[in-house]
Amino acid sequence: MASKKPCTAPDTENNLAETRRDFLKQSSLLTAIALTPAAVIKAAGAHWDEKFAGVFEKISLHLEVNGVKHNFQVEPRVTLLDLLREELHLTGTKKGCDRGQCGACTVHVNGTRINSCLSLAVTNEGKKITTIEGLADGKTLHPMQEAFIKHDGFQCGYCTSGQIMSAVALVKEGHANSETEIREFMSGNICRCGAYPNIVNAIKEVKEGGHS
Amino acid sequence: MNQFQYVRATETSGAVKSLAKDPAAHFLAGGTNLIDLMKMGIVVPERLVDINQLPLKKIENIPGGLRIGALATNTEVAEHPLVKKNFPLLALAINAGASPQLRNMATVGGNMMQRTRCPYFFDTMMPCNKRKPGSGCGALEGYNRMHAIFGASDNCIAVNPSDMNVALTALDASVHITGTKGARKIKFADFHRLPGDNPELDNTLQKGELITAVELPSSPFTKNIEYLKVRDRTSFAFALVSAAVALHIENNIIIHASVAMGGVSHKPWRLKTTETFLKGKTANETVFKQAAAIAMEGAKAYEHNKFKLKLAPNTLIQALKTAAGVSS
Repeated sequence: MASKKPCTAPDTENNLAETRRDFLKQSSLLTAIALTPAAVIKAAGAHWDEKFAGVFEKISLHLEVNGVKHNFQVEPRVTLLDLLREELHLTGTKKGCDRGQCGACTVHVNGTRINSCLSLAVTNEGKKITTIEGLADGKTLHPMQEAFIKHDGFQCGYCTSGQIMSAVALVKEGHANSETEIREFMSGNICRCGAYPNIVNAIKEVKEGGHS
Repeated sequence: MNQFQYVRATETSGAVKSLAKDPAAHFLAGGTNLIDLMKMGIVVPERLVDINQLPLKKIENIPGGLRIGALATNTEVAEHPLVKKNFPLLALAINAGASPQLRNMATVGGNMMQRTRCPYFFDTMMPCNKRKPGSGCGALEGYNRMHAIFGASDNCIAVNPSDMNVALTALDASVHITGTKGARKIKFADFHRLPGDNPELDNTLQKGELITAVELPSSPFTKNIEYLKVRDRTSFAFALVSAAVALHIENNIIIHASVAMGGVSHKPWRLKTTETFLKGKTANETVFKQAAAIAMEGAKAYEHNKFKLKLAPNTLIQALKTAAGVSS
């Protein structure tokens, strides 16, 4: 590669990290300042070699996503949401606000619903993740997916995977006992189209049907 | 988000040491506040010490009360049988905050450390003494609808956003803290501070110290309790004003009262004078109106939050009535 395209950047993040680290280790502090974030400058100034290297380090991560085991090398700042979408291409989980306010990124971690946008991927070492892609049993949709279709629980669909992941968890949590309770415990999922009444109906049907 | 070094702590002493030696390091627990602040560039840590593996999740009865590990999630606390049975005010307050997803992630210690939601703190183009000491307070002369009416200073009029904190203050909780110099226990009421001249400090935690647990003394408040939160929408919004009320009533006489408010100050606002007034009084609306008037002594509003001078006492009166079972 290098002989054909001598002026282009290395083609993988790994190469980039290695190159940077090696370069920084060998270069003078002054050179490093022009190329690196404040953390590295400070670390270099204090002669903290291990930290100096650590800033660009990738961390190994083991996750089980929708029943399949994966190993990753991941930067600590990558969120679970970005890992799912960018590395595994599971784009059913949506990035809405990216700040924990809309719920479009809701996934289950060890069976518990969370906002994947506020969870660093590395903090989920060894855990089991379920995304919207993992709900159906082969070609048989999850009862909640069926109910959303039946009750027209969406318009544009952007919030839908988050709504469904939240709704499945809600029924399991035992907080779907009334319309008021469903609305309260679905408050972390915002729908700009305003499909709320139909979403509530879908959840009620699944709850009353005894599915989870 | 900025790049940082990630360290996973496996024991409490190691976590504390790791943080103490690095002034630009932060503990990472649930991350619901910190990761958000990092994305916004408001907090830029060089190292995150992930404390989620530490054995600080236990919720258990102890002699004289209940001990809640700092890493217990908000959901784990609110759903715990011992909390629901003996400290229902805490469960109510926790469930009034955030969303189910966030409560599944957020921890008790992290909730205590939650930063203000003042929009001037969040907007890095604006002055904010809390984010950047000495830069001024954008809210003082700005759009200060959400801001404090008690205990503010000209340096900062931000409020503490937590619902859980309001209940923990009312329930006389204490906080277990550990640091490189050893462990200490302080009253929950002394954990958060007023802004004064140092609004950058939300609390009295020293650098490198870690919250390990919250302790609740046995409480007579299991029946006549209420957490009333008034906000711009019915759920998943920060409080304009909230009131935590716990009453011990016998034969319609208030034996003991514990009252605190949220959304009104830089710290959860305990109302000791109001409690003293209520003690020994008959539980009725007239008494509650007098109590609310006492609670409002010293309140000071700004241009856009004058409504809180009415909303706060009304919220308190309603919470007292609901707790006491006094009909409107």
